[in-house]
Amino acid sequence: MRRMLSGNQAIAQGAYEAGVRVGTAYPGTPSTEILESLSRFPEVRTLWAPNEKVALETGLGSAYAGVRTLVAMKHVGLNVAADPFFYGAYTGIEAGLVIVSADDPGMHSSQNEQDNRHYAKFAKVPMLEPSDSQEARDFTRIAFEISEQFDVPVLLRTTTRISHSHSPVEIESGPARPTHELPPYPRKPQKYVMIPAHARPRHVAVEERLQRLRRYSDETPLNRIEWGNRTLGIVTSGVAYAYAREIFPDASILKLGMSYPLPEGKVRTFAAGVEQLIVLEELDPFLEEEIRLLGIPVAHGKDIFPILGEFDPDIVREGARKAGLIPPGEPLPEPVALPLPPRPPVLCPGCPHRSVYTVLRRLKLIVNSDIGCYTLAVLPPLSTTDTMGCMGGSISMAYGAELAGRPERTVATIGDSTFFHSGIPALLNIAYNGGRTIVLVLDNRTTAMTGHQGHPGTGIGTRGERLHEIPIEDVARAFGLRRVFVVDAYDTRELRRVLEESLKAEEPTLIVARRACVLLPEARAARGPAYWVDPQRCNGCGLCFSIGCPAILKTPEGKAEIDGLLCAACDLCAQVCARKAIHPGEE
Amino acid sequence: MERADFLLVGVGGQGIVTASDILADVGLRAGYDVKKSEVHGMAQRGGAVTSHVRFGQRVYAPLIGRGQADFLVAFELLEALRWAHCLHPEGTALVNIQSLPPLAVTSGQARYPELEEVEQELARRARQVFFIEGLRTAQELGNVRVVGTVMLGALSALLPIPADLWEDVLGEHVPNRYLELNRQAFRSGRDFLSARLWPQGIEEGTGAARGHREAGLR
Repeated sequence: MRRMLSGNQAIAQGAYEAGVRVGTAYPGTPSTEILESLSRFPEVRTLWAPNEKVALETGLGSAYAGVRTLVAMKHVGLNVAADPFFYGAYTGIEAGLVIVSADDPGMHSSQNEQDNRHYAKFAKVPMLEPSDSQEARDFTRIAFEISEQFDVPVLLRTTTRISHSHSPVEIESGPARPTHELPPYPRKPQKYVMIPAHARPRHVAVEERLQRLRRYSDETPLNRIEWGNRTLGIVTSGVAYAYAREIFPDASILKLGMSYPLPEGKVRTFAAGVEQLIVLEELDPFLEEEIRLLGIPVAHGKDIFPILGEFDPDIVREGARKAGLIPPGEPLPEPVALPLPPRPPVLCPGCPHRSVYTVLRRLKLIVNSDIGCYTLAVLPPLSTTDTMGCMGGSISMAYGAELAGRPERTVATIGDSTFFHSGIPALLNIAYNGGRTIVLVLDNRTTAMTGHQGHPGTGIGTRGERLHEIPIEDVARAFGLRRVFVVDAYDTRELRRVLEESLKAEEPTLIVARRACVLLPEARAARGPAYWVDPQRCNGCGLCFSIGCPAILKTPEGKAEIDGLLCAACDLCAQVCARKAIHPGEE
Repeated sequence: MERADFLLVGVGGQGIVTASDILADVGLRAGYDVKKSEVHGMAQRGGAVTSHVRFGQRVYAPLIGRGQADFLVAFELLEALRWAHCLHPEGTALVNIQSLPPLAVTSGQARYPELEEVEQELARRARQVFFIEGLRTAQELGNVRVVGTVMLGALSALLPIPADLWEDVLGEHVPNRYLELNRQAFRSGRDFLSARLWPQGIEEGTGAARGHREAGLR
């Protein structure tokens, strides 16, 4: 049966067909749908871990215990999970373990565009890179075979354009590969307890394994030469292979499905068979450097194809034309010359983050922020965010500013899911070391940015099932914080009162600003009637425009008007209106 | 038709992703290799959405470049302009007459382009341009969420793929209680464009009709 699947769906399908029984992840674009798709197979135990480190440690635990396991994360998630990733590379596993890293060239939804192929080389584990959904499914199955054959976790590396593109996939319907009888728990301390005395021989095993993997890489059909015209040879992998075929239909291509370790013999054969060898790869010159290290001349690589951003056919064609690899063609159409208003993502009408940031702006606080929808508050007209860079970083940034002894006051803003991800140790640090930092948790009852996944604060699992719910305020109180408050995020007066009081306090404060994301069904169901503007009272002062709500329009007379279809009845515009011109309900 | 590249553009919430899912499945069912790729992630937050759908004997690249789209299917006027440079000079633009002004416009800081400007720009860049009352048709049918189905119906009139196949695929993507509504929306779009293509009423399925449709493709 052939079906259109995204790369992420295909990975889940391949994992299921390979007999995976445990799947763990923390949501992150572009990886999120892998675990969501895997959770649709009832045979597989799936869970959202609080963060990627916990996800991978859980995955290592089940792979040690003899069950095939898939762990998925976005590229920066592997930074969080790097510790168990390196450790797992030393120990190996009992049953197959595949770790998916979904990279985000072009930073569609990320803070950087790190190239996680380096992690394979760094940790000395094999890496597969599919070029479409069919390969995503096939390579996932093969990755489990490699994992068990070589006793090693395998890195399956995708990019946004592989994870989120759909193409036909031949799938096996029917039950997954049956799980074998579980062997007794492997009590092998020399292999699984990494005291230095054990780790030293394991490092030897890692280096020997790498040599065997090099031979495998040379033999496997995952790496194949597609001979064409011998004047130009292209070494490529992942989505770049698709652009190579598109822009250079006649060239010879060495397609690397297993891009680490590099198949040295095949590269030498290929280089000897073509007049000019080039490397086509997104982001870093990973393959290019490896090939140059073999002493093989590379005619073109990062000198003509950008190191920045995501490829598309135009970028690859332009690089090839400039280098004279293909004839110069017709000039391409230029974008429309009219000034077109941009359409950046904005906080939704009724978003509870908007009212919180309206208060923070009013109080002129320095805002150390975190990763989530609320990061959009950095854009005009709210313009109320000073730092943001990694999951859970906000709390310690604010604490650091306090330690620096500056006169300006700061506040940390962090989402509920992000708080559980890695905000907890940072809060512990403040509770332990003391001070008067203010932490504001924006609790919208979901992991909103990635499409509404559950987390410990919601007690909702991968299949929507009820699990244990852990209130954020209870965590703070358990750490000994005495100033813990819960306020309705829509109530700007109360939030302002609590914040002003906290600024005077000589001890740390945690405030939970709670209100469900407007896109959640419970929020939609509770929505009141739309608001309206009394044109007699409105004087066009613009206070309500300054909150940046898409439902508030400017009339030709410069007054405010509310789009009743968009309005979510959050009351914020009425709260900021100095003329009392905005009212709920029918006109 | 050996191959075709479609670029569907609009705003989060307009149903671009569902429409492109249906289009991709139609291509697969009609025997093509298909690739579909969209930019989403922050789409729910009012951002622009684009979906690239490609049919061919063997499709490699998941993205369509400048001057490459045989069909620009725009669900919104401003987005039609934003992506106009992707049209092939021999291509076709199908534009839903609907404006969704972004925040910069509603807050009075920027100007939304006039309909005439959209017409002029597209006319210079495509072989044929069709403006479609997708929003109004959907409103008349009683549900603004079927705009995408109206647009697909219009697109179907330009492609040598039987209407039955489209409606079968539609049935697989639409919940049963909305199926009749979506069938009506699909037929409205298809009839509207057929009437524009063959005002004298060339019979469906005749050689002339097929020829006319083929002519719409490079």
